[in-house]
Amino acid sequence: MIGSRNITAFGRNDRSGLLFSLPYVIFFLTFVAYPLVFSFVLVFHRWNIVSPMEWIGLRNFERLFHDPLFVKAIGNTLMFLLIHIPLQIAVALMFSLLLNSRVGLRGFFRAIYFLPVVVSGVTVTILWQQLYSYDYGVLNALLQSFNLPPIPWIIDASWAMPSVAIMATWKNVGIYVVLFLVGLQNIPSELYEAASLDGASKVRQFVHITIPMLNPTISVVVVLSTIGGFSLFIEPYVLTGGGPMQSTLSAMLYIYNQAFYFGHMGYAATLGFVFALIIMTVVLVQRRLIERESV
Amino acid sequence: MRSLLKYAVLVIGALGFAYPFLWMIAGSLKPEMEIASLGLLSHNYSLHSYEQVVTKIPIGRALLNSILVSFATTVSVVLFGSMVGYALAKLRFIGRNSLYMLILFTMMIPFQITMIPQYILMVKLGWTDTYLSLIAPTMMSAFGIVLFRQFFMGVPQALIDAARIDGCTEWGILFKLIWPLSRPVVLTVGLLTFMTSWNEVLWPLMVVRERTLMTMPQIVTIFTIGGEAETQLGSLLAAATLLSLPVILAYAFFQRYFIESMASTGLKG
Repeated sequence: MIGSRNITAFGRNDRSGLLFSLPYVIFFLTFVAYPLVFSFVLVFHRWNIVSPMEWIGLRNFERLFHDPLFVKAIGNTLMFLLIHIPLQIAVALMFSLLLNSRVGLRGFFRAIYFLPVVVSGVTVTILWQQLYSYDYGVLNALLQSFNLPPIPWIIDASWAMPSVAIMATWKNVGIYVVLFLVGLQNIPSELYEAASLDGASKVRQFVHITIPMLNPTISVVVVLSTIGGFSLFIEPYVLTGGGPMQSTLSAMLYIYNQAFYFGHMGYAATLGFVFALIIMTVVLVQRRLIERESV
Repeated sequence: MRSLLKYAVLVIGALGFAYPFLWMIAGSLKPEMEIASLGLLSHNYSLHSYEQVVTKIPIGRALLNSILVSFATTVSVVLFGSMVGYALAKLRFIGRNSLYMLILFTMMIPFQITMIPQYILMVKLGWTDTYLSLIAPTMMSAFGIVLFRQFFMGVPQALIDAARIDGCTEWGILFKLIWPLSRPVVLTVGLLTFMTSWNEVLWPLMVVRERTLMTMPQIVTIFTIGGEAETQLGSLLAAATLLSLPVILAYAFFQRYFIESMASTGLKG
């Protein structure tokens, strides 16, 4: 009796399981598998969607390695990450340490720091465009009130990408404040007590306990920021249009321009393909490095 | 003394994150001449800038489009996500583990590689400039499925077995038994999906050219970079306010859920 009920129950499970999963399988085949396979086809073609596809072998890749704008986009992304990642870790760490000590209104502060995270990047960029304005912007007004010279935030090629990085940090840092807070709360207080007994100073405790214990969180921050850097689109698109002198041309913006301004679908797909490989490699290397560090 | 310094830093930080938004809302209500000032108050508040926006771009229609697209996407992600999540957590069937591996693999694929082929798929299906292109490719989320699966693993098997013995169908178990128990995960996935969908702008820019089909962030982007705002800062701020106020209000009510869901997932919005 029991055996037969189990069998029927299992049979029903089996059918329902397949039935419940079927919509996702269809979705996967259409919107994930097909595009992936099709990207392998596209990279070997020249195509503007309107006329027939033209097989060109590896010419898209050849072109890519001689394309100064591809190199430029990589360089811009590296510049962005070089500023964005350390700045984000430093600011998030500062606020989370302050919030982790006994302060009132903790939830309130946390909620305010998180606010820009939920707001559209378009809104954030419109706001920062005003803050960064050379003549009327608040930031330059602040600088001048300290008798410092104004900074050409978004109109100078060497300042533009750092400005984008600062803006992106302001928008995203709330997530990392929250993540660091969780990390800090997971550090056993016995570690600090033992260190205090041994006479270790606050600074040494921070360097030898807090930082190593936060390593997993730092790893998450680095990886997510890297992916974010390579996916940067709306910020430069609205703030500077990729300029001045292509100094804020991001990977995503370049793919978009190739596809939708020039109609080079094959080349745009090749760019996407190579950028995806770069992202996956960089993230893999980062994980390895940070995890080795923590051992 | 030290705690005073702490509060000073925290308060300056809070001002740094919140004040720009207050300034934006105030600026959208002020006459053009007064916006440049840092203060929030004015004797001349008016809705003039909003009138400007409404006459220049179909922003009312964009609001409806955004609500429709975000709502449809959210319902679909939660509905299908919970179905697949339930199957993966509590049902035994052929290929279950492979399916789970596949879903985890999907999460690692950078969008850069699929965006162009996905766009071409939309063109081939004739879906560009339709709601379908805005909704269909985001109807399911691997990430949502993983969150549902994780939560459902914690539902006691005895509860499900008891319902089966009572003759409940698997649909009944999922929607009448498990759903009511799963408010936190439904809210987490729902809020994250709604927010992501509401703020999405790259994909709409790719697949929609028809102004009456544009979503809020898209039309505000076009308004900003297309020069339609001309030099009127007020109308720009009004458009930005209209775009973000719904999310800010939702955040004010569900603030803890937003933060906790993001913290628990480590997801970038």
